[in-house]
Amino acid sequence: MESLILFAPLFGSLIAGFGWRLIGERGAMWVTTGLLFMACAFSWIIFLTFDGALYKVEIFRWIESGTLSTDWAIRMDRLTAIMLIVITTVSALVHLYSFGYMDHDPQWKEGEVYKPRFFAYLSFFTFAMLMLVTSDNLVQMFFGWEGVGVASYLLIGFYYRKPSANAAAMKAFVVNRVGDFGFALGIFGLFYLADSINFDDVFAASPGLAETQLSFLWSEWNAANLIAVLLFIGAMGKSAQLFLHTWLPDAMEGPTPVSALIHAATMVTAGVFLVCRMSPLMEYAPEATAFITFMGATTAFFAATVGLVQNDIKRVIAYSTCSQLGYMFVAAGVGVYGVAMFHLLTHAFFKAMLFLGAGSVIHAMHHEQDMRNYGNLRKRIPFTFWAMMIGTLAITGVGIPLTHIGFAGFLSKDAVIESAWAGTQGGYAFWMLVIAALFTSFYSWRLMFLTFFGEARGDKHTHEHAHESPMVMLIPLGVLGLGAIFSGMLWYNSFFGDHDTMNRFFGIPAHHAEAEEGHGAETADAAHTEAAPATDEGHAEAATVSHGEVAVTDHAAAAEGLHAMAGGMAPQGAIFMGPDNTVIDDAHHAPGWVKVSPFIAMVIGFGVAYLFYIVNPSLPRRLAESQRPLYLFLLNKWYFDEIYDFLFIRSAKAIGRFLWKRGDGNVIDGSINGIALGFVPYITRLAGRAQNGYVFTYAFAMVVGIAVLVTWMTFVGVE
Amino acid sequence: MIQADLNVILPEILLSVFAMLALVGAVYTEKDKLAPMLVWATSGLFIALAIWIGASGQGGTHVAFNGLYVDDAFSRFSKVVILLSAAAILLMSQDYMTRRGLLRFEYPVLVTLSVVGMMMMVSAGDLMSLYMGLELQSLALYVVASLRRDSVKSTEAGLKYFVLGALSSGLLLYGASLTYGFAGTTLFSGIIQTVKAGELSVGLLFGLVFLISGLAFKVSAVPFHMWTPDVYEGAPTPVTAFFATAPKVAAMGLFARMLHDAFGGAVGEWGQVVALISVLSMFLGAFAAIGQRNIKRLMAYSSIAHMGFALMGLAAGTELGVQAMLIYMTIYVTMNVGTFAFILSMERDGQPVTDIASLNMYSKKEPGRALAMLVLLFSLAGVPPLVGFFGKLYVLRAAYDAGFAWLAVAGVVASVIGAFYYLRIVFYMYFGDETDEGLDSGGSPMLWGFLMASAFVMVAGVVNLFGIEGAAAAAAATLVN
Repeated sequence: MESLILFAPLFGSLIAGFGWRLIGERGAMWVTTGLLFMACAFSWIIFLTFDGALYKVEIFRWIESGTLSTDWAIRMDRLTAIMLIVITTVSALVHLYSFGYMDHDPQWKEGEVYKPRFFAYLSFFTFAMLMLVTSDNLVQMFFGWEGVGVASYLLIGFYYRKPSANAAAMKAFVVNRVGDFGFALGIFGLFYLADSINFDDVFAASPGLAETQLSFLWSEWNAANLIAVLLFIGAMGKSAQLFLHTWLPDAMEGPTPVSALIHAATMVTAGVFLVCRMSPLMEYAPEATAFITFMGATTAFFAATVGLVQNDIKRVIAYSTCSQLGYMFVAAGVGVYGVAMFHLLTHAFFKAMLFLGAGSVIHAMHHEQDMRNYGNLRKRIPFTFWAMMIGTLAITGVGIPLTHIGFAGFLSKDAVIESAWAGTQGGYAFWMLVIAALFTSFYSWRLMFLTFFGEARGDKHTHEHAHESPMVMLIPLGVLGLGAIFSGMLWYNSFFGDHDTMNRFFGIPAHHAEAEEGHGAETADAAHTEAAPATDEGHAEAATVSHGEVAVTDHAAAAEGLHAMAGGMAPQGAIFMGPDNTVIDDAHHAPGWVKVSPFIAMVIGFGVAYLFYIVNPSLPRRLAESQRPLYLFLLNKWYFDEIYDFLFIRSAKAIGRFLWKRGDGNVIDGSINGIALGFVPYITRLAGRAQNGYVFTYAFAMVVGIAVLVTWMTFVGVE
Repeated sequence: MIQADLNVILPEILLSVFAMLALVGAVYTEKDKLAPMLVWATSGLFIALAIWIGASGQGGTHVAFNGLYVDDAFSRFSKVVILLSAAAILLMSQDYMTRRGLLRFEYPVLVTLSVVGMMMMVSAGDLMSLYMGLELQSLALYVVASLRRDSVKSTEAGLKYFVLGALSSGLLLYGASLTYGFAGTTLFSGIIQTVKAGELSVGLLFGLVFLISGLAFKVSAVPFHMWTPDVYEGAPTPVTAFFATAPKVAAMGLFARMLHDAFGGAVGEWGQVVALISVLSMFLGAFAAIGQRNIKRLMAYSSIAHMGFALMGLAAGTELGVQAMLIYMTIYVTMNVGTFAFILSMERDGQPVTDIASLNMYSKKEPGRALAMLVLLFSLAGVPPLVGFFGKLYVLRAAYDAGFAWLAVAGVVASVIGAFYYLRIVFYMYFGDETDEGLDSGGSPMLWGFLMASAFVMVAGVVNLFGIEGAAAAAAATLVN
């Protein structure tokens, strides 16, 4: 069944891509969509019946070269199961949605066939993404990683007649290469140190890595930290974290279903998945995780500020995605991988929904994307309006404070923020996330108000012809709506609940305080001494925490894991939390104001948005004019593109131009031409002239030759 | 005792007796009318002897006449190549020479005698037998070169070859006498003891250089190459084909035997000299051929360049080097048989044509032949994956392994330059101008057969080079130790 899930999209892709002439345009669309729905059904069956115990499905032997020995295998654990449902569900719905959205695309002339290609790409992407999440080793993961990169490139540039789409596709590809370089280096480093790239071996070697020093870039590094950072650089590229985020907003040049599937729900979360997957390594790399936390928090804040002033509906959501990815990284960075995955799951639902809703709006408005030309659309497209409303309620985190009742985003985002508070003792990351939550609320409501409320702006004609989307587009919205409402409440306990539920969910061997407390404490002490050299900082942090029984329990469970690892075994369970990692418990015991803070931020954001866009619509303009430098700074996305253009693109172009004109043109072509057209004919003429037909010349040449040889040998030959 | 010695040289005795009987018999009977029959008989004898020598491959090493004559795997390998190529050229020449009234009965007889000389050369174990074999071969070839007595060019070629050959013989003899003077013996086995015993004296070194010069003339290596284009152009084409094949193998074999058997202890010294003439030959062959419009002169320069490559293997001074040289020579001979089969069939209105411009758009008229020639030319240029590439690869690797990296690099550069003139012929055949002065189509089936067989070998040989690697390795092993 696992193999079927993995390969169904590939078959669909091949059939649609190469065989659509046989089965027809609609046939290709139905085949890919049908296979995806089948994969989706199987994924849900697996997810719901999965008991948390790791098992592997070997497909075939892949690489056998020296000590590098790798199978092509499916690694089934909770992380994989979560990703399977996320990917196949969103992908299946997006396939269905595309029936309507891609119909009569104005980019194509009448009679041109483009839909089978689109569906083939979508299915191919799904296959690559599944390959990424089911991988049992880093190289297989890298294969999927690059596969989704290719699919993303193809789909962003799907409207290949638009120069901007081509440029955006290239930008995505190039920026991702920077991250991939780090990822590849990380894989090389792991293979160099652990002599294997299989996850089990790597995880088993992780505690050892923490005590290894490695020389890299002229300085000494802790091996675990270095590799964790390198892997995270790969994740930054794919997940559009700060400095490598510039491609994501431009990727909105692709068709909207693509944005929903790839650039919101699945591919961009691959980085988060990678960090969670590598949790046994991350736990031994405290500096690296601190760096991840910092980058995640900064990205969440940065992207939220930019989202405040964007006017393109898709770009607002794109920056929102970027910001939400930052949330996930903060959760992973502080060591609460379950929460990172939780937010990933809920985010997939509500963000895909927002994108598909935005697509529905764009479809209704004849491919107009500027929100300033929207307004008062709630009557014309009521279903879309309600879908978007659910999405907005979910992303902004509406719920009843201090309970576990609310939209998906409410539960997962609050879990992230509480974890951030616990993991950083209420530091930088926590405040950044709270401020970002405020901004999120503001720009999300701004989007809603500009689009669905107020006056109808822009082209009258377009507004008059605005129409609700067909059923194939509305059904996916409805299904995702269910996810956006209920997914948080359903799985809150599994991802962020008490230990038992969580351990069962992720298949972590729980070792509970059935033993006497004293015995537990002893074990904990043993764990401390063993872990001490590796995680000095974490140890100190943990020592300050005094949660009595809870801490002891945790330590006892962790000690078990540690013993297993000391014996060269990989820790069990889909995610691993080190012996000193008590962040979850601290988060649960966070003070009330921490738990309420995101809700307050959300309410403030909503209030300001209401004031700006409903009560007094002239306020935003006045504010923008009075704070013009700040406004331009945000509107131009902190000038990242301009800085990169100056730093990298122009210098690279200058070097390229120099090497092209001077290096290739003058030096290489010049010398080749000079030799071929000048030197060689000259020598040829000379040789021809020497061959003058006279015997005495020939004899003379021989005599000269022997004279030279004898002389040479006399002076050189005998030393 | 003498019985055992005679057994060793039985093939040579058979050939010599055959040649003399044929000469006497033809003179006293029907003279030139016997020539076609003689050609067939000679070729048949060559092939039979080649099979016989080849089949006695496990015979080990036999020394005859107190070391004057050596019969070992190396000499057997060379002899088989010499005999087979000579037989092929004889068969190819028959039709051409008959139609131009050139097929005299002396021709096969002279070729037989020169082949005897060649077999003696590759088996020489002494400077005396070396010189005997060399002169027997050369004297026969001088005559063959001027076979067309009524043609100024042909006689000029023969004369030039003779005069310069005499000069080179003089150099060789001078070297031999110096060597004898300083080593006290003409036996290779004696010379090598002197060389290995102590410092290479200046006199011995001079002797070595003169000997090398004399042999370099025979393989037409720069700067002793200047006779080659004139003789190749002037001699009748079948004779040119003969010059380009068997004697080259013999001279190369002799070269290797002398350097390794007599001067094996002085690899450092002669390696440099051979490397120098090798690199000069490769470059001059490549550069000068570009200016040629006459395909026979072009092939002369081509053979100079190819000898440079073969010498590169020799310069390495290792077992691998000798093996590479033998493989290279075998491939070279095979390619040249095919190429000359093509050149022999180049006719317009029954007259031989040698201008390469006459090949314009040849592919339209004779696609099969043009394709075969294309394969051969690519192989001559050393384009992978054809067999010619592997020959070059072997010598390059041998030179590189022996520390002559610069020589290997120079070889690659020279082969790039050389590729130009081979590919130009291909260009003419496939993309040239339309002319009404094209070549005749048709031609003898014999030539067609050799052309196709040679081209086929160039393609099919990539599988395992028809197993010559192993034979060449065994041959090289007996020589270098």
